[in-house]
Amino acid sequence: MRNTSTYLLSAAAIVLAGMAPASAAWQPQKPIEFVATAGPGGGTDNLARAVQNIITKYKLTDQPIVVVNKGGGSGAEGYVYGKASAGDPYKVIFGTSNAWQQPLVSKVAFNYTDLTPIAAMAQDEFLLWVKQDAPYKTAGDYLKAAAANEFKMGGAQSKDTDEVLTRMIEKIGHVKLTYIPFKSGAEAAVQLAGGHIDSHINNPSESLGQWRGGTQRPLCAFSPKRLPQGAKITATEGWSDVPTCVEQGLDIAQYEQPRTVWLPGKVTPEQAAFYVDLMKKVQATPEWKDYIEKTSQVDTFLTGDALDKFIKQDLEHLKQVASEQGWLIK
Amino acid sequence: MDNLQELLHGFGIAITLSHLALMVIGVLLGILVGVLPGLGAPNGVSLLLPLTFGMQPVSAIILLSSMYWGALFGGSVTSILFNIPGEPSSVATTFDGYPMARDGRPTTALATAFGSAAFGALVGVILITFLASWVAEVALAFGPPEYFAVYFLAFASFVGMGGAAPIKTVVALGIGFAIAAIGIDTVSGSVRLTMGVDELVKGVNFVVAVMGLFGIGELLVAVEEEFHARAVSSKIDWREVFRAVGRLPRHSVALLRSAAIGCWMGITPGGPTAASFMSYGIARRFSRRGRYFGTGEVEGIISPETADHAAGTSALLPMLSLGIPGSATAAVMMGGLMIWGLNPGPMLFVDQKDFVWGLIASMYVGNIVAVALVLLTVPVFAALMRIPFVVIAPLIVIICVVGAYSVSNSYLDVVMMMGFGIVGYLFKKLFYPLAPLVLAIVIGDKAEDAFRQSMLMSKGSLGIFFANRLVTCLVVAGIVLLLLPLALQLARMLLRKPALPGDPTTSQEKVII
Repeated sequence: MRNTSTYLLSAAAIVLAGMAPASAAWQPQKPIEFVATAGPGGGTDNLARAVQNIITKYKLTDQPIVVVNKGGGSGAEGYVYGKASAGDPYKVIFGTSNAWQQPLVSKVAFNYTDLTPIAAMAQDEFLLWVKQDAPYKTAGDYLKAAAANEFKMGGAQSKDTDEVLTRMIEKIGHVKLTYIPFKSGAEAAVQLAGGHIDSHINNPSESLGQWRGGTQRPLCAFSPKRLPQGAKITATEGWSDVPTCVEQGLDIAQYEQPRTVWLPGKVTPEQAAFYVDLMKKVQATPEWKDYIEKTSQVDTFLTGDALDKFIKQDLEHLKQVASEQGWLIK
Repeated sequence: MDNLQELLHGFGIAITLSHLALMVIGVLLGILVGVLPGLGAPNGVSLLLPLTFGMQPVSAIILLSSMYWGALFGGSVTSILFNIPGEPSSVATTFDGYPMARDGRPTTALATAFGSAAFGALVGVILITFLASWVAEVALAFGPPEYFAVYFLAFASFVGMGGAAPIKTVVALGIGFAIAAIGIDTVSGSVRLTMGVDELVKGVNFVVAVMGLFGIGELLVAVEEEFHARAVSSKIDWREVFRAVGRLPRHSVALLRSAAIGCWMGITPGGPTAASFMSYGIARRFSRRGRYFGTGEVEGIISPETADHAAGTSALLPMLSLGIPGSATAAVMMGGLMIWGLNPGPMLFVDQKDFVWGLIASMYVGNIVAVALVLLTVPVFAALMRIPFVVIAPLIVIICVVGAYSVSNSYLDVVMMMGFGIVGYLFKKLFYPLAPLVLAIVIGDKAEDAFRQSMLMSKGSLGIFFANRLVTCLVVAGIVLLLLPLALQLARMLLRKPALPGDPTTSQEKVII
């Protein structure tokens, strides 16, 4: 009896689903796991937890959501886990451009093609930071000084976004920089405050506290236009007062770090569509705007073909830099 | 004193009925997650984090930090009773705590550990109160060469003073470094030593290694050696708790020395783990009863516990003032800080005085609450030792398996934990020391990163380790500690003194650390 009625109900559901928009076709039936490919407290972890909070607050799905951290091996742990969970629509992986960048330069056991891309939800900006009492006022001054003696540039991880940007600066600015990899941007920021390195290229949120505290200041932003106006960070300046690097003669118009969301491979298009829709709903809330503003990121939403195109473009560019540096794995 | 006034203001914030209630709740929850291995402070704090979003930041941090204190105390309980350290920093506590508990004195061991831990924490908070700004500056002076020098010092203080045959210590260290190297290398970005196992890219988690090496390893030895005689009859004696705490002042030299080591390692980024190991190594060297270390010596418990808590407490300062989290737990709290709308960093002390001083005041009160609560529970925990071995042994296996699995929900970790159990067993049977192995697993990769970062900075010149006064002092101290035993031996040989007749320590005892 019960079997029959379940059958009838699901048949009815299928019929109804046919009439409703495609995104409503699949609904989760058990708890969902958000996998942050970073340790607790990192940028990716903050994103996963912010999305979790918004979904829970607005009850965007009936199922509970748990966030787990799998940040080992610069995030590879989380992606490998995603690859191993092929066909499981209850694992959502939160990452960065690492997903396609890491397989290019190190022998990790995954590639971004093993995963189903859902969306790129926010772009983190990069800035060039120097010590507060450094003599140079513009990126041009910085390059001049760097040409005279080899500067130490700090960054998070090796052969990752930070080092790629460093190599771009070297090439375009005609200087030689010694890149020192640290575990995280926060660590690089502290090293700059102590004067152990000459500069780093942190995201705004990674060095916000240090800027306010007067230990370091941004010279320029690697962005086509100035960052959006927000609250003042120091007594006199806010993000919108930081000139773009192009304005100052360092011709790198755009360099951004996308925050990406993935499902494991081999999920159905309906399942993927459900999560695309869910993330769109998250992005429409005031809490999301608040999160974006607090972390000084750029609000974007790329999905489907636009996301594929973005990944391909970024990959081409990375391949070029990586082959110039001899990083490509055989 | 400006700071004193701020502190009094802070006490006004911290001592309210609701905040005291939060402290008690936090400490109790903390003891619970601390006692259950595998759960641990970082997981406990992240589980609790979402509940704090609606709270005032001060109340939220009081709840979370109280939980942290509770978990630190709770972690020592399993180290002492079952030889399973819940946190890297409580490994050194097992060296003498576990033998003492096995010897039928679990109450004394626990009470001594808690008492000295409370003393260490107190010294740490006092340091934060009066030297906040100075401490922040000291931490800034640490670049890669200085980091390396601190780790080198920790290794040296331990290796030079260990009791085992030097070559065995070196072998254990080497294996530890190799295990620490598994996974992605920070400096080159390449994958190392995964031996074809994809998941190993994440590296070997400390908890997994330690639960196997100590928990399972000890169990295997016990099963083989003295299956029947393991149940310990311990009387539940409330007075012993106070007597043990009362005896602490007799060891004031050890207490003060360990607190000093702890604070120094907490401010400099050596951290609680390096601090507790170093403190234990130095205590062993300078104590008159040094040769008995590893068999249940009181000072062998006092030294690592005091240093651990002194370092753990003073390490919160770099987190607040510089935004560098000193531990996984601190990292989760920092995430919380940002969600509450606060930015850790130098401005926190200026912008958010209520928050900072409320927190510091709550460290005083929270630690007092924590120590009172744990001392009350000592007899309960000690009673666990009366459970017969045949009952407790399967429980330990279950705890280790669940603990290893819950680190990152992975079966591979469970398998590795069992593998480490066998390694631990072999080490014990072959008289290899476990401590250098654990120390190398925990801080080996950090030491390696710091060394290679230094080499990048200096373009391969070792001169960078003698480039300024701070780093030179640290390196020279390390070399001295490393060579001290050798020099003493040489001096003895030159003076043609005959070897000490009838060394009363057996090789078994010596090898425990």
